[in-house]
Amino acid sequence: MSQRASTPQEASSRMTGTSASATAEAEGRPGGDLRERVLDALGQVYDPELDEPITQLRFIGSCAVSPDGDVDIMLRLPTPQCAPNFAFLMGADSRRVVRAVEGVRNVVIRFEDHYTGDEINAALNQGAGFMGAFPGETEDDDLEALREIFTRKALIGRQGTICEGLIDGGTDRSELVGMTVAQLPDTPEARRVLELREMLGIAADDDAPAFVNPNGEGIVPEQLDRWLRGARLVRVSLEANGSICRGLLQGRHKLAPESEN
Amino acid sequence: MYEKDGKQYFVVDSHIHLWDASPENWVKGAEAYAKGWIECFHAYQSLGPPETHWPIEKFMKYSIEDFEKDVFEDGGVDHGIFQSTYLKEWYASGFNTAAQNNQLVEKYPDKLIVNGRWDPRDGDAGLRELEEDAKKYNLQGVKLYTAEWNAGSRGYALSDDIAKPFFEKCKELGIKNIHVHKGPTIWPLDKDAFDPKDVDIAATENTELNFIIEHVGLPRIEDFCFMATQEPNVYAGLSVVTGGLMYARPRFFAKVMGELLFWVGEDKMLFGSDYGIWEPKWQIEMFLDWDYPDESYSDYPRVNEDSKRKILGLNAAKLYGIEVPEGFDIAGAGAEDDALLVEESASA
Repeated sequence: MSQRASTPQEASSRMTGTSASATAEAEGRPGGDLRERVLDALGQVYDPELDEPITQLRFIGSCAVSPDGDVDIMLRLPTPQCAPNFAFLMGADSRRVVRAVEGVRNVVIRFEDHYTGDEINAALNQGAGFMGAFPGETEDDDLEALREIFTRKALIGRQGTICEGLIDGGTDRSELVGMTVAQLPDTPEARRVLELREMLGIAADDDAPAFVNPNGEGIVPEQLDRWLRGARLVRVSLEANGSICRGLLQGRHKLAPESEN
Repeated sequence: MYEKDGKQYFVVDSHIHLWDASPENWVKGAEAYAKGWIECFHAYQSLGPPETHWPIEKFMKYSIEDFEKDVFEDGGVDHGIFQSTYLKEWYASGFNTAAQNNQLVEKYPDKLIVNGRWDPRDGDAGLRELEEDAKKYNLQGVKLYTAEWNAGSRGYALSDDIAKPFFEKCKELGIKNIHVHKGPTIWPLDKDAFDPKDVDIAATENTELNFIIEHVGLPRIEDFCFMATQEPNVYAGLSVVTGGLMYARPRFFAKVMGELLFWVGEDKMLFGSDYGIWEPKWQIEMFLDWDYPDESYSDYPRVNEDSKRKILGLNAAKLYGIEVPEGFDIAGAGAEDDALLVEESASA
């Protein structure tokens, strides 16, 4: 672990990319429907393995909000046996972002038909950690190390997507090496890359290199081909995982198919 | 032989099962796991064409007649390799043990091969069992689940010291093919389960053995590919790749195949249907018709009929010493002798 935040709350909010401004944005519409703002906030929770918002992945099975501001969220995962550590992270992140929404009183997060759902639900709703959910079964109380592995993968994969877009748009491959953060295109992909860099503590000032290795160092010309191939591979892997998760979720809950992009 | 458009194809299905997950076989007190496991497998089946979906009752326990029809008659599979999976914590007589699978091997000795298993945590007793199994089932390969629970342990790594005597025993017994499940992780809960580096270490230390990574490490294809480029004795088992992606996500399938062809190469990729999750017929048919969907894939290695013949049968035939009928072999198919490759890559 190269970067440790000073408080668990800070670490969590950095690692999920839930910035103060995103929360403020959700709170900035006091007249808005509370349920809508809760769902908005949930859009800030990412599946750590896939680096996609759980709302886009259709993981929100139901979201009920009482007139008093009690929120009951049912998360549904693609299989009953999805990895408990990632499930726990998504549950904990959901709980945290929803609690921060103005007007919310109590938050209950539940997992629908998951084989460790009861343990995770109980631990989450009592504020216990991962070890609290599975006493004696894991030493990984701090799941942030696991999250970091996948944050780095997401960074590499997304950089690959940006580079392919640039190359398709006529940028010469050799120009990629010297590019700076200020020269990155203004796209959701690039904004996410900067968020990921922030989470990992990788400098993202305007004059910092636009494209970096997993350790944060800028790429050098001799590495470029291999780096591009590697980045594409990571992206394909993330996409393939996402597509399997989507397919399984769709089959399990009889959802309408999403079109392939 | 699988026949298509007047041509015949020699097929080795390197990943098949005949399991019993019926309620009668559920361990008392562990019913939820037994039920959850098979329901999860059943959900995977939904990724294939709708007309190949089975009701859950059939899926829990299909018959020998189903197997014969789906694999041999309709699938045209010449040789099938059973990957035994025990899971005795949940299934009283096992999910599909070597003993169960062997009943069918006895009926079709020229068409079926059964792989065994070992667990280094079983120590000397495990070594003895492996020896007995090797004799009983004429083992050429094993399937290992490093994430399997065993008496309170939450999994092991192939690089653990306790695994060393088992690799030595495999060499002594002529068991050359080590299939490793590094697929979607369920247990254990710890983060090491998300890392295939133990295979890397074991492959380097045991160059006489072949390591076939089932499901190409999905969901860690990138870790697997980076490893496969460095280890000449590491192979890609395509089960789940064809079954789970080819029909449900054809464009992703093309990308995954492109990456595997680039990083691993067509001589080290093995077709596996993962029957009974998916029937082989539609997978073989669709794969023979397959090519990249459009020119946006032009950067990936091309495939031709020979590539497909290698992947569908010749590569696995080479690993298992299966005789290829005359006229169906391709000169140079399959990876070169491993030890030789290791030497070459060391001197390169």
